[in-house]
Amino acid sequence: MEAIKPIQTTLLPDKTYGMKLLYQMMLIRRFEQKSAELYTKEKIRGFLHLYVGEEAVAVGVMNSLSMKDNILCTYREHGHALVRGVSPGAIMAEMYGKQEGCSRGRGGSMHLFDAKTKFFGGNAIVAGHLPVAVGMALAAKKQKKDEITCCFFGEGAAAEGEFHEAMNLATLWSVPVLFVCENNLYAMGTAIRFSHSVVELEKKAPGYGIDVAAVDGMDVLAVEKAAKEAIQKIKQTGKPFFLVCNTYRFRAHSMFDAELYREKTEVEEWKKRDPIPKLQELLMNENIISKTDMDAMNTQVEKEVQQAVDFAEAGTWEPVEDLAKYLYREKEKL
Amino acid sequence: MIEFRMPSLGADMEAGTLVEWLVEPGHNVKRGDIIAVVDTQKGLIDIEVFDEGTISKLLVKENEKVPVGTLMALIKSDDEILEKKEESIPEIKTEKKKEGEQIKITEIPRGINASPLAKKMAAEKGIDLTAIKGTGEGGAITKVDVEKAITGLIAPPEEKKTAYSENIRMAVAAAMSKSNREIPHYYLETKVDMSKALVWLSEANKERPVRQRLLPVVLLIKAVARALTEVPDLNSYWENGLQKKTDINIGFVVSLRGGGLMIPAIHNADKKSVDELMAVLNDIIPRARAMKLRSSELSETTFTITNLGEGNAETVYGVIYPPQVALAGFGSITEQPWAETGMLDVRPVMNITLSADHRATDGATGSRFLMAVKNYLGEPGSL
Amino acid sequence: MMSTNNTIKLTYREALKQGIRDALLKEEKSFLLGEDVGRYGGAFAVSKGLLQEFGPERIMDVPLSESGFVGAGIGAALNGMRPIVEVMTVNFSLLAMDQIVNNAATLLHMSGGQMNVPVVIRISCGIGRQLAAQHSHSWEPLFAHIPGLKVLSAGTHEDARGMLLTALQSPDPVIIFEYTFMLNTEAEIPANAGAVDISKARVRREGKDISIITYGAGVYKALDAAKELMATGVNAEVIDLRILRPLDDETIFNSVRKTHRVLLVEEAWGAVNISSEVSARIMENVFYELDAPVQRLGGVEIPIPYPKHLEDASIPQKDDIINKVTKMLQHD
Repeated sequence: MEAIKPIQTTLLPDKTYGMKLLYQMMLIRRFEQKSAELYTKEKIRGFLHLYVGEEAVAVGVMNSLSMKDNILCTYREHGHALVRGVSPGAIMAEMYGKQEGCSRGRGGSMHLFDAKTKFFGGNAIVAGHLPVAVGMALAAKKQKKDEITCCFFGEGAAAEGEFHEAMNLATLWSVPVLFVCENNLYAMGTAIRFSHSVVELEKKAPGYGIDVAAVDGMDVLAVEKAAKEAIQKIKQTGKPFFLVCNTYRFRAHSMFDAELYREKTEVEEWKKRDPIPKLQELLMNENIISKTDMDAMNTQVEKEVQQAVDFAEAGTWEPVEDLAKYLYREKEKL
Repeated sequence: MIEFRMPSLGADMEAGTLVEWLVEPGHNVKRGDIIAVVDTQKGLIDIEVFDEGTISKLLVKENEKVPVGTLMALIKSDDEILEKKEESIPEIKTEKKKEGEQIKITEIPRGINASPLAKKMAAEKGIDLTAIKGTGEGGAITKVDVEKAITGLIAPPEEKKTAYSENIRMAVAAAMSKSNREIPHYYLETKVDMSKALVWLSEANKERPVRQRLLPVVLLIKAVARALTEVPDLNSYWENGLQKKTDINIGFVVSLRGGGLMIPAIHNADKKSVDELMAVLNDIIPRARAMKLRSSELSETTFTITNLGEGNAETVYGVIYPPQVALAGFGSITEQPWAETGMLDVRPVMNITLSADHRATDGATGSRFLMAVKNYLGEPGSL
Repeated sequence: MMSTNNTIKLTYREALKQGIRDALLKEEKSFLLGEDVGRYGGAFAVSKGLLQEFGPERIMDVPLSESGFVGAGIGAALNGMRPIVEVMTVNFSLLAMDQIVNNAATLLHMSGGQMNVPVVIRISCGIGRQLAAQHSHSWEPLFAHIPGLKVLSAGTHEDARGMLLTALQSPDPVIIFEYTFMLNTEAEIPANAGAVDISKARVRREGKDISIITYGAGVYKALDAAKELMATGVNAEVIDLRILRPLDDETIFNSVRKTHRVLLVEEAWGAVNISSEVSARIMENVFYELDAPVQRLGGVEIPIPYPKHLEDASIPQKDDIINKVTKMLQHD
């Protein structure tokens, strides 16, 4: 990925904002580690995809959006939900399958939904949510709503037909959608060079007449800056934007993955670019935060994650009698 | 002491083989450290530890395959005690039969080519399906066949292509033979002067539109029904003894043009007015001739009457339809010499007979019934 | 037949168009999007003139991206609109099946009841225009299999006219099947015809000897067959299922209780079709009312062939219905 020219961070964040970005990344990291632990203890089942290593993307983009905007994510979305403001307890309870979960336990790790924060999943058909995002943006345009729709997906999705249909439709209809491609180099275990004829994903945009930027996804400030610029552009033109964030997942694709497809040395190389110490060092070197601040944040992260686990543990199972619910809204009388 | 167990890495992972310990007792570990390598069906996986402390003891040897959840090592932590709150998935409630609770099985004959509806009807009416020949597709016994059987018109097992009316003829023959064979009949007879009745009828009909005009037969039915209220023993079934019936349902014999009989029932005849009875007859007789009767109309008769009508024989000695215990026969009305109060006159006279089952009643009962009928017909206004 | 004050005579195509027009007039959040619905006037001329009347914001031509525009319809429904998505033929709908099954039918449940998808998807289908194996099929059963969808079949002009408006009021995704071979057929419907219910099956003809249960392209065929059967003394009841999911069991069972005999007719392939399901439900619920085995007439299991005589032979026709009923009712 040497070819990528990161957008240079020009401004340092102030203490409050810097700590916020750092804290959110730390929270995701710890939350994911805890999830892995709970998975091995069979508290969490199904598929569990962790976001460790990619935190800068969700944190950078999400902090650039407003609460009026719509968010659609992939099945690797715990981090996005946390930063968006979905309560950690509701997310953890969802993974436990408890009815206090943000999707009442019906979805699990891959299907976090939260209407209050306009968080539209948790979508586990790769690229299936891209046309939906375009439609949401189309509806916003028709209703003259002041909102954009932000759709996260991986580079694996960019090989799907629905990616190409969605890119074409978005430009054709000129709708306000921000496509965020989280390129972590592997679609499950298939490296990008085995799935894309052109691995520089930003090159796919011009063919659809769509504005594009590529950014170092391991640098939260760079991501945040690029996202803000992209959103500004969308608001100015009403047109879609394609933002490629080049990143890397440090952990396996999902829990049961022997990682036969990549070298450990490659993982170790990328870990040197870990976005969390990177921001931490920057903030400390510039004397924006202190060791005391770090300790306080670590304590707080630990506390918040533990509270989430406690909340999930205390949660209740939906009665089997309610199995048939949530199939037709007409019948729910909500 | 912290327990380090074989982790579950997927719902499809049941066990793992410890390939290598990367730590020894006494080593300090911190969260996220890889402490073992485990071989699974997906390959070698690095196993991390989620706690901090000092390895106290390794419990599983290398190359040993252990199930998920097996205790593999003990780790001593500084701030011991890891709360372990067990929570299990709720038990799925399934309905279990209470002990001793009997499952009720509907008695449906098996192995017989009959429709479910036919089987249900037969079970309800106590009809033996093996005695019925099916006329449905592929020889299946259908609703129609059971309805016929209920009236006693049991189609005998015969060759195909027999005319329907012949089947009925044969069915009548079978039923009547059975009756004659099993029921010890006794017969009583009397004559009744119908002049008052006919005059009453002609007066009554003047007030009625053509379509609602009364026929003599309604008076006969009404008279029989009223008489049965006085002599209820004759309104009975003989089934393991005398079973008196509450409702008075008069079966009315209808001759089919192609031969054979249908006997529709007129329900609660005692409670119906003559006009209501006439309306029932107007509805039921054409349907009986077309063989389109409902099963209830064919099955609930408690007493049968047969009426030969004009231009026919004067007297009829009927054969009882089991399990009924009696049948009244009305001959045609003919002019006959009639002696009354010492004077001889010519009157329209009708012969009434009673065929009765001697197991159920005897002559005195039968006689009371005939006299009652005669009295009602002599006072038609009372009907 | 002349039109009277109370009825109007119109083609199935015109009925569909009036239904769309009515929906666009009455539901301001609605808009039609589909391939060639605007400038071309609709592949089958159903939406001809609507672009001129309603403008390009409400009559949207889309590229050949079935998954893309059906997914966009779902997204627009999630975000406050009431889109009417047209899929040109049922064969093409398979390209959008991911969106329909994995998103439209699933989101409400997966979100624990938070996000509903009030999208209406109209799909042309049916056999009988010599369009061969990639443009003519009866695939209602594929959709009726999916919990979370409401699946309608417009087998009459009245339903072609009135189902859409009601479907647009549904908070859940609705699929409406329309039958291309019927487009030119004329029928009389009430002059004030409008929205119809989308919850009950309809007894299209009362009868007492047998229940012919059908939907879609089978409705008029069954009614014609019943008319001819009347001459032979057979009084058949004809039931139009209309709603293929969720099925209206009571109307079916009540008819069985009345006639005791059932013939199921549809153009979809014989195995694993709507008739299979209806038949099973009859067995489970009203078995002891049956006076004969339930019989089915379905499509021959072959991709639809091009030549007219083979195409005709691949689906149940009026005479097949008459012959089957006659055989079922025959007594020795």
